Formats: sequence, structure tokens, C-alpha cells
Amino acid sequence: MKRTFERGNVAVAKAAVAAGCRYYYGYPITPQNEIPEYLSQVLPSLGGQFVQAESEVGSINMLLGTGATGKRCMTSSSSPGISLMQEGLSYLAGSEVPCVVVNVQRSGPGLGGISASQGDYFQATRGGGHGDYRTIVLAPASVQEMYDLTVLAFDLADQYRSPVLVLADAMLAQMKEQLEEWTPEVKDFGKEAWALTGAAGRPARKIKSLYLGDGELAEHNWHLSRKYAEIQAREARAHLEVPQGCELAVVAFGSAARIAKSAVDRANAEGRRVGLVRPVTLWPFPSEHLVRLAEKDVPFLAVELNTGQMVEDVRLAVEGRSPVSFAGYPPGYLPSPDDVYEEICRRLSREKVGEAA
Amino acid sequence: MKPVFTRPRSLTDKPFHFCPGCHHGVIHRLVGEAIDHFGVREKTIGAACVGCSVFLYDYFDIDVVESPHGRAQAVATGIKRSNPEKFVLLYQGDGDFAAIGTSESIHAANRGENLTTIFVNNAIYGMTGGQMAPTTTLGQRTTTSPYGRDFAQDGYPIKMTEMLAQLEGVGFAARVSVDTPAHHNQTRKAIFKAFETQIEKRGMGFVEVLSSCPTNWGMSPLAAVEHIQKEMIPYFPLGVFKERTGTDFL
Repeated sequence: MKRTFERGNVAVAKAAVAAGCRYYYGYPITPQNEIPEYLSQVLPSLGGQFVQAESEVGSINMLLGTGATGKRCMTSSSSPGISLMQEGLSYLAGSEVPCVVVNVQRSGPGLGGISASQGDYFQATRGGGHGDYRTIVLAPASVQEMYDLTVLAFDLADQYRSPVLVLADAMLAQMKEQLEEWTPEVKDFGKEAWALTGAAGRPARKIKSLYLGDGELAEHNWHLSRKYAEIQAREARAHLEVPQGCELAVVAFGSAARIAKSAVDRANAEGRRVGLVRPVTLWPFPSEHLVRLAEKDVPFLAVELNTGQMVEDVRLAVEGRSPVSFAGYPPGYLPSPDDVYEEICRRLSREKVGEAA
Repeated sequence: MKPVFTRPRSLTDKPFHFCPGCHHGVIHRLVGEAIDHFGVREKTIGAACVGCSVFLYDYFDIDVVESPHGRAQAVATGIKRSNPEKFVLLYQGDGDFAAIGTSESIHAANRGENLTTIFVNNAIYGMTGGQMAPTTTLGQRTTTSPYGRDFAQDGYPIKMTEMLAQLEGVGFAARVSVDTPAHHNQTRKAIFKAFETQIEKRGMGFVEVLSSCPTNWGMSPLAAVEHIQKEMIPYFPLGVFKERTGTDFL
């Protein structure tokens, strides 16, 4: 284990190398450029390849080629670039080809700006491209998690033969924190059973998403659906700090969760009992943790750097068993812990009024 | 009895689905002969395109990944960069290579990717039912150029081989046709050269093959061949436009 002081983007790049990724294809876009810059420097000396593609469309399809041969590969981009990759992501999901895609979100819609935002939640968690598919989405909230979750992303991608998204933002990507770099164990995911390596001594293989035979495509979609159900059952992750007798649970991910944490800590220091639920996987959404709190009549406050996206998953999780409110901060205004603290206080006083009534 | 003519080993037994008079079957066979000749079947990975030839994975006994429309060159780049010891084969139609995938085509060629590209130009979109392609000739009627292609409206038919031949990353670029036995033999030779170009790491090996589409042209197979000779070859001249003999570049 090596301890360093590192920028979030560099932590992602170092994690990819540690996880055995030797192939990176990408196109520059702010605020994620330290990832390709680092990998362009390091990968050639490791026998790997860095290709600066002509576009994000090119990049994602290079992943389709490399991923189909069973080798670990990655791209990174930011919101408008990720939009261009959606066609390829749909094909990767449909063809069951593993790869890791890092989205350091910027603000939108359209060109927007480069400030921190969580505006791509819907795009990331709803599939984004055409067709009936899902992608695992990991949401780091620190430089350490930029590293840890990138490593995890490669394992999950191989385990489920699926693209995996790491959803970060400009704040996490650009800030520096202490980082413990660790070397993950090498696992066998049985890729020799499906990877394209040339048809030597075995029947030829095809990796495809076109199914024209009677019922073939329906069966393929059900196969994917069963896989997604298994992922939902096994891979939902959340970080919880919930006190006994919790009066209110704040739900927030990534940068918003860090800001919310300061606000929650202040409220608790003042004698309130406020919890923080931080989804680490955005898809699958860690609904069960919320359900357990809802069953104890804990109300929720979703805090996001957008105008309201994850809050829909919070509502879907609790299914009306508990009230859900929302505090949104779209790009252009970065909330301070005081902003969120005031929101928590407003919410708590409303709960009190409700009790009195 | 000694067989003097057999089906290439690298082609499966599955009958082609192509329309009567379509040249895809002939071109498939020539590519199969090249795979056999160079002994690369067991190390070939193909990138299939979208269009009439998407089913090539049913006909070629090789590993294949299906690519999104126009993206086969990027997919092939990803295969080759991570597997430089494998032979990577592309087989694309004119919509795929010269319209939606122009960016991927130009840049893969310009990067000098060691790939072999067979570009089948039949001047029309076949699988979707005969719409105008970037290679549709002037005056040619299609379902989306019902009055005939007009340069003021639609621009000119795009000459991909001439464009690619200018790029430093291209090792071999030729335009051929399978309309006559003599041209058929030239096509075979050009495809073999494009294979050699990859094997010897001279950059992109590229062959444009003029091809017929009797169904969508609304012609008999023989009239379609005549159409290639009278309408296509005069605008899309045949020949080798570039050939590197050694790795005489960076």
C-alpha cells in the first residue's frame, strides 16, 4: 500500500492501472483531462495502448473491440461526451461486453459549463441509450473512493459482462486528498469461454446484439433482465450513518453527500438525530436501506446538485410509506453545508408541526 | 478424383441470403480465398458492419464482433490495438463506410491502423430498401432521389479510394470490380495485397469493390453488370491508387 496526496482524476487513472487495465481510448474534455493525460504517459511503458480517438463515438466503439477480446479497457469523458457514447453503451450492454466508463459530470443541458453537477443521474441510471438495458453505476464521494470504486468497476464489469459507469463530478475530480493506493487481487472471470481470440481449435464465435429468429430477441432481453435482477439483489451498496431514534434521513450521493455530511454532523452536534444515507451504487439503487428506515417512519430529505432526479428513486423505494422532500442545487450555485443545514432545520420543524397537529 | 475447385475453408456451408445477381457472394468468396491463402483463419477477428453484409458472421468461419452502424473501423481499432498479433478484417458497405462512419473511416486510415478493409460500393442503401447513398451516381434514381441524384441538391458521389490514398497511414488503396472475369482476378489480387499490407504492418490495406444491387436498382443481374460498366466505372475509375512496398514511413 502506498500513501499519496492525489487529485481525484489521477486516482481514477492509477486505479485503472492497478486493476490491470492496459487499454484506454478517449477524447479530451474538461474536467476529466488528467485521466487521459496520466494514462497516455503510463500505459505505453506497461505494454498497453493509449489512443486519443477522433471523437467520443470512436472511443466507446474502440472499447467494444477491445472488450470483445476479453481485455480490460476504459474510457473517461464528461457529460456531452458521454451523451455521444450512448449508442455504443447500448451496443456494449446488448452484446454483453465489459468495459469501464468514467463520467466526470459537468453542468448541462447542452454545453452548460464545467462546474460540479449531478445532472446526469437519469442518463446514467436509466440506461441512457436505446433499448431495454441497465448499467451498474458507482458514485464515489472522495478521492479514495475514486480509486476504490474504479477498481470495483472493473471486477463488476467482468463478472456481469456489462459496461460499468463511475459517476463523478468536477469537485471530486479536481480536489486533492490523501490516497491509499492498493493492488487488487487478480480474479478469474472465465473470459476464455466467450472472448474473441481467433477460432483456433474451437467453433467460431460471434458477439452481437442482432437477433432476428422467432422469439430470439425476446429471450435475449429476458436473459439480460435476469442478469439485472441478479445485480439488483447482490450489488446494491450504500454508506449509512443513521443514529438511534433518527428523526430525518438525508439521502445524497457523491459531492452532495460530502456537503450534506457537514450539515448532518452540525445538526447532530446540536442534539438532533439526523441520519445520512449515501448510495454508493446508483443503479442498483440501495432501496432496501431506505425501506428499513421508512418502516420506522423516518422522513427523507434528498439533496442533489440538480433539480430533482435521484429523489424519484427515493420515492420509488419508500412507496409512500414515509414523506420525501427535496433540496436541489443545480449547477451555477454550489451549496454550502449551511445551506443544507438550514434545509434540514426547516424540514425538522415541519415534521414537528406535523406531530403537533 | 482430385478436386480442382473447392469452397474456401474459411467459409461456412450456409447458403448466402443475398439477392440474385448481388455481388456480395462473389466478394465473400474472394475474401475467403485470401483468409485461406494467408492461413490466418484461426487468428482472424472480424468487425461486421450494419447493412446487407451484417450476417457475414454466418458465412465466415471466424470470430466476429458486430459493430454499430458506421463504427466498424473504431471497433477494429480496439481489437487490433489490444491484439496486434491477430488478423483483423473489416467488410463494410457504402452507407457504413462512407456516410455515417466517415469520421471513423478517415481517422482509422489516417492513424495507419494495421487493418484490412473491404469496402463494397453498390451506390445504394440495400438493406433499408434502396435509398440514396453517398456513392449514388449523378442522375441515379433511388427511393430518396426519385428525380435522380442532382449535385445541386445532393452533392457529388464520394470517391473514398482517392481520399484514402492521400492519407499517410494507408499502405494500399485500390478500386476494383467483379463485373468481368478479368476484373474478378484483379479484385482477388487487390484483396490479397490488402491482406499482405496488414501482415507486413504497412498501415491500412483498403479495397473498394464496385458491386451490383439488381433488386434496388430495379434491373436484371445482367443489366446491373452493364450499369456498373457504363455508369459506375467511368465515375469511379478502377486501379491501384497507392501501394507501399516497404515500411517506408514513420
